[in-house]
Amino acid sequence: MTGSPLSEIDRPNSYIGRSVPRPNARRLVAGRGAYVDDLRLPRMAHVAFLRSPHAHARILAIHAEEARRAPGVIRVVTGRELAAHCTPWVGVLHHLKGLKSAPQHAMAVDRACWQGEPVCAVVARSRAEAEDAAALIRVDWEELPAVTDMETALDPATPVIHPDLGDNLAFRREHVGGDPDAAFADPEAVVVEATFHTGRHTGVCLEGRSILADWNPAEERLTVYQSTQAPHMMQTVFARHLGLREGQVRVVCKDVGGSYGIKVHVYPDEVATAALSKMLGRPVKFVADRIEGMVSDIHARDHRLRARAAVRRDGTLLAMEVDDLTGIGPYSVYPRTSAVEGNQVVNLCGGPYVLKGYRAKTTVVFQNKTPTCQYRAVGHPIATAVTEGLVDLAAEAIGMDPAEIRRRNLIPDDAYPCTSLSGMRFEALSHHKCLARLLEMMDYERLRAEQAELRKHGIHRGIGLACFIELTNPSPFMYGIGGARISAMDGATVRLDPDGSLAVASGVTEQGQGTEAILAQIAATAVGVPVERVRVVTGDTEVTPYGGGTWASRGAGIGGEAMLQAGLALKEGILAVAGAMLQARPETLDIRGGVVVDRASGAERLPLEELGRVVYFRGDTLPRDLPRELVATRHWTPKEYPFCFTNGAQASYLEVDVETGFVRLLGHWCVEDCGTVINPMLVEEQIRGGVVQGIGGALFEHCVYSPEGQLLSGSLADYLVPMSGEMPDIHVGHVETPTRESALGAKGAGEAGTAGAPAAVQNAINDALRPFGARVLAQPFTPARILAALGRI
Amino acid sequence: MKPAPFAYLRARSLAEAFDALDRHGEEARLLAGGQSLIPALNLRLATPAVLVDINGLAGLAGIALQGGVVRIGALTRHAALEASEIVARHLPLLAEAVPQIAHPAIRSRGTLGGSIALADPAAELPACALALDATIVAMGRAGERRIAARDFFRGLYQTDLQPGELVAAVEFPVQPPERRGCVLELARRQGDYAIVGLAAAATVQGDGALRDPRLVFFGVGPTPVRAAAAEAALAGAGGVAAAQAALERDLDPPADLHGPPQFRRHLARVLLGRAAARLLG
Ligand SMILES: Cc1cc2nc3c(=O)[nH]c(=O)nc-3n(C[C@H](O)[C@H](O)[C@H](O)COP(=O)(O)OP(=O)(O)OC[C@H]3O[C@@H](n4cnc5c(N)ncnc54)[C@H](O)[C@@H]3O)c2cc1C
Repeated sequence: MTGSPLSEIDRPNSYIGRSVPRPNARRLVAGRGAYVDDLRLPRMAHVAFLRSPHAHARILAIHAEEARRAPGVIRVVTGRELAAHCTPWVGVLHHLKGLKSAPQHAMAVDRACWQGEPVCAVVARSRAEAEDAAALIRVDWEELPAVTDMETALDPATPVIHPDLGDNLAFRREHVGGDPDAAFADPEAVVVEATFHTGRHTGVCLEGRSILADWNPAEERLTVYQSTQAPHMMQTVFARHLGLREGQVRVVCKDVGGSYGIKVHVYPDEVATAALSKMLGRPVKFVADRIEGMVSDIHARDHRLRARAAVRRDGTLLAMEVDDLTGIGPYSVYPRTSAVEGNQVVNLCGGPYVLKGYRAKTTVVFQNKTPTCQYRAVGHPIATAVTEGLVDLAAEAIGMDPAEIRRRNLIPDDAYPCTSLSGMRFEALSHHKCLARLLEMMDYERLRAEQAELRKHGIHRGIGLACFIELTNPSPFMYGIGGARISAMDGATVRLDPDGSLAVASGVTEQGQGTEAILAQIAATAVGVPVERVRVVTGDTEVTPYGGGTWASRGAGIGGEAMLQAGLALKEGILAVAGAMLQARPETLDIRGGVVVDRASGAERLPLEELGRVVYFRGDTLPRDLPRELVATRHWTPKEYPFCFTNGAQASYLEVDVETGFVRLLGHWCVEDCGTVINPMLVEEQIRGGVVQGIGGALFEHCVYSPEGQLLSGSLADYLVPMSGEMPDIHVGHVETPTRESALGAKGAGEAGTAGAPAAVQNAINDALRPFGARVLAQPFTPARILAALGRI
Repeated sequence: MKPAPFAYLRARSLAEAFDALDRHGEEARLLAGGQSLIPALNLRLATPAVLVDINGLAGLAGIALQGGVVRIGALTRHAALEASEIVARHLPLLAEAVPQIAHPAIRSRGTLGGSIALADPAAELPACALALDATIVAMGRAGERRIAARDFFRGLYQTDLQPGELVAAVEFPVQPPERRGCVLELARRQGDYAIVGLAAAATVQGDGALRDPRLVFFGVGPTPVRAAAAEAALAGAGGVAAAQAALERDLDPPADLHGPPQFRRHLARVLLGRAAARLLG
């Protein structure tokens, strides 16, 4: 922001832009966190679910007599029994034209449609007893043919998973922008094409999914303690499907141990737990263990993309075309739907570049595997891998340096506002600044020289670049317009207590990413108090303002702006009172460090605790009609743009052992523009964590299925999450282009790392392999795949 | 996941442990470091009725140099092997293997005896036992029984251990200075079980020949696999290339999530080449 005049948020005692530590870090490190599993309520019971061992099978009979008699068992409930207490849902959004899905029950009623679908619930005194009893249940199954290959899901010979839907097609969308046919027909066009695969994977949270539901029959109220990102959305869901009014449901999120989008969806076992609590009139807890989490947490990114690009010999990119196919499991996940990822691919491919033509199509099909849905950076890592993969192929085809071709085609930094050929509106991005900063940070020229030198010694290193855009801060155009009760607006409340401290509450939530830290910084800055004097409450539908929660990197941009406005409003209220007490005009006063000061001289006039004392305990000494509102609430939602966009550039430097196919990551760089950086430490943590998750998808993580639909990588011994030992140093740089939609200017930083990392790694590996004429485009880039590309196995 | 119910017995003496094994037979399981057994219990892959905890039997731990052998008690933790000067000096191959086992937290509890008795085909220590011609000391109520490592590993998680017996110690012959060894493995992540590993040893004198080579691969079959054809080729005129070719006969690796059999064969050849270079280097 250098050069621009100081704004209200840059005042001398501003916390904006400072690496303030998380207020909750010490508590969590000291083991005083309160995750759902830590909570114990009187008469609490535990539920374990019997899950389908088959990808697709009819339930002929469930024999649960022995389980019902087992020690500690309180109730055994089948899917059919539960269905009487809990209505099914259909995961569609009206604005995604043609999207269809079948009614999904909290537990399978007649038929299980994926391995891991809950079939029968056992409620017992302890989880161990519930598991013991679940092991005694016998189900008579009639196995049905499983649809597992998305490539053949629409073939006439393939069975239709939900006959009522007519076929296995969930959604299809094609978008054409500009004139792609003319661009590909350009006489100077060189056309490159390739098929990319992004491997199905999932987000592995430290804390598994968990819920403790407590139906209180006396009050007719349901209190749900849940590890979720979206408490208000879940309030609606529980109310709707358990036949309650929203006001009868309270959702509380204490500490949440990571979420990454995994915990923003409606899970059958969690809704079933709430229904069981209502049936039994007592608290019921469910904590997904790692093994059931692997088959029941949403998966993501199971895509095959055929793509091509046209480029002129002078390096001008002309057009891109992408044909995306994705398999989403047997149901579109409720309520956000499983069409969004493919839809994002259509929206985002080619996004950083000036093109003359663009055509993208997504085909979303059903299959008998774990449902897929939104996971950190929804669709972006896919779109970026394809786009940046094509750009590198184009550069190779015309013999141009990968950095140079990007420089020539990225949307100029002074071209905004503008609209992409896919219809995305960009307020202001900084691709060129980010790329220039990236190349400088990594010392691109030196790495190229080193690469060339080492090649002579048989050491094969690669450099991969990836420019990206990242959609954040969605307006109601994301979900609300499609009929989902998912708030695009968030509120914040700031209250001055008599001791001069602030109690603040927000509709956005804390998952470990530090939202509460930035909310405290913003409130402290807006009001003018030391940040230590701010206490933050999030994640309780009963006490926080209504809001959407945490997703699409919206916490800082939307929740933060609401907090800023609430803080400024409170400050105005405080200064009105202070003006009366000090017989000064409020405009001549300010609040700094928790003290009302003279704005011009900075001279201290009145500590806030004194103001608080007088207002709360000696109001009789104040003018009779003086307003004395020491609480302010403000709401904010984006209005100008359907989505905010951030951007950035990443680079990977790595070495491929061409004898073994193993990849060693040597360095990773990310320069991102999240608008106003509220807390550099937290932004960098978000970027690093995101990069690691992106690298996970590129190199390690893979939900591998047998042709029969059995998950083969179903434990953390086989599903390889990225570990610190393999991670390179990740260097983060910032460019700040604040959004002008809000006073805060924050755009969001939670997903940028994940969006660009796989593309950077992909391009770096292929850069290393180039002398061998080998190429890998199917993630994860495993040693076996690299050796196969090299023709060594 | 929670384990199925089990009874727990903390043995105060070997006799108590043998009593429990006799009484409960197949239903009893020894508990050493628990780093393999506890996950198996939690996954309900193992559902023993009784756990017999031998961690209190101090006599089963310890590293001692006795004449020409290093005797290592079954309860010796991986971390203790890692820190041992006796191991570093006399069994450098073993010293090189241990840091490649799992992660520090697991090495601080996991035991030599547990690893040998479990006989995971991808584990380092059984392969080292073969490569170093170790002797497994089994103990039962009737006393000790010594089994050469080459006779001990029988099949997938199958050993020569008889009902009522436990592994008391492993004896490794002291390696003379001209006997060189190395342990190389390829794992996707630091600490993972190897996709393919190789414990290699040979006698190296001034002439650049590898005499009496031992090539023990792990992660490539149901047990650690001694590559006899490759060993013969390596000692013969064909050298490394012939040995690599001979692996075709020695190894019949399985396919798994990492890749097809030819992937492991290829990696085994690469490791053999690298090990030979190390031994000669
Ligand atoms: C994440 C993870 C990664 C790992 N990676 C590796 C690796 O890379 N390489 C590797 O080698 N290991 C690895 N391990 C396994 C670890 O080394 C184990 O500790 C070891 O294999 C078993 O030793 P333990 O003492 O823990 O045995 P336990 O788990 O206590 O027992 C294992 C089995 O051996 C039996 N047993 C134990 N002691 C005796 C005895 N004295 N006599 C007879 N039977 C006995 C038990 O009854 C049980 O059946 C890993 C473990 C984990 C959790």
